[in-house]
Amino acid sequence: MKTPYLAAGIAALTMAVSASAADYTIDTKGAHAFVNFKIKHLGYSWLHGRFNNFEGEFSYDAKNPNTSKINVVIDTASIDSNHAERDKHLRGSDFLNVKAHPKAIFKSESITFSDQTHANVVGTFTLNGVTKEIAFDVKKVGEGQDPWGGYRVGFEGETQLKLADYGIDYDLGPASTHVTIGLHLEGIRK
Amino acid sequence: MFKNTRQRYGVIAIIFHWLSAFVVFGMFCLGIYMVELSYYDPFYRDALYIHKSVGILLSILILLRLVWKWLNPAVKPLSAATPLQRLQNILAGCVHLVLYLGLVTLFLSGYLISTSDGRSIEVFGWFSVASAGELFDRQSDIAGTIHLYVAWGLLAVVVIHILGALKHHFINKDQTLARMIKVMTPKKHEE
Repeated sequence: MKTPYLAAGIAALTMAVSASAADYTIDTKGAHAFVNFKIKHLGYSWLHGRFNNFEGEFSYDAKNPNTSKINVVIDTASIDSNHAERDKHLRGSDFLNVKAHPKAIFKSESITFSDQTHANVVGTFTLNGVTKEIAFDVKKVGEGQDPWGGYRVGFEGETQLKLADYGIDYDLGPASTHVTIGLHLEGIRK
Repeated sequence: MFKNTRQRYGVIAIIFHWLSAFVVFGMFCLGIYMVELSYYDPFYRDALYIHKSVGILLSILILLRLVWKWLNPAVKPLSAATPLQRLQNILAGCVHLVLYLGLVTLFLSGYLISTSDGRSIEVFGWFSVASAGELFDRQSDIAGTIHLYVAWGLLAVVVIHILGALKHHFINKDQTLARMIKVMTPKKHEE
């Protein structure tokens, strides 16, 4: 088991380079970032939706990628499945309870790159007032100068959540117990 | 006789009254019932479809009723001799006004719940009412909350209205309730 040594090495590296690690703001202002979801409808098709309002930031340094961190706060009331009546239902007590729990929060604990572009993210996700540790894979889409004098990097990843884990037990049928959350985030270097 | 006089209700007003009474009560029950239906209930989709369709038709009915009311003489209260009776008549008038206002609020809020995404409201496949779009932020949620509370509030006012009618019938033993049930000839009323 090399992991403890690796972790210690990463920790040492983190301290050494933390000053140079680049911080990014997720580009929600320009809407180059998306928090999407999909869930099976009856087992026959996929229903897609997204959260329109969220914000967050991450730090990422290609030279020391394992020091990366990310933090995203989602406004749960901004759920949008392109159907007003359904969205009203989703915001209500059968699902997201947005009055009681207006925020869903993801906060990374560790990000481990397996190569230049692929990483595994471990962190806590809070939804409907329930906080659980989750892990999922992400991929760097690209990185570089933008045409307007800034510097950007984009990541994407998805994870599957069991609704019941977050206290959402409305019966949508046996094929619809899990929701897939897709993150497509572009960050602008601060 | 179709039209009202100062003493009695015409058959049109009586039909409007009872038709809207039964439909409003049915809509209240359907509304409370349908929001508890599970997703796999065979009635899950139809319940809302019927509620919305009937809601639009009811709003048209109430609009016609108000036009008819405006075209007809106002039926006078049966007794206004004492200050207490006059106060009661004013209160009864307020109850009627609140019933109409409650219904109009329910029509508007119901419409706003379903149309904030630009979808129109289909009425039994016969015609549809166009959306006015999203008129304010969080429209469906706010309108939904208003719709729920006003529905319960209206039920409470309906209970007051019914108690008033029963008081007239059983305590005062006057024709207030009877003249809303059967079309009376002027002669019979004078007896």
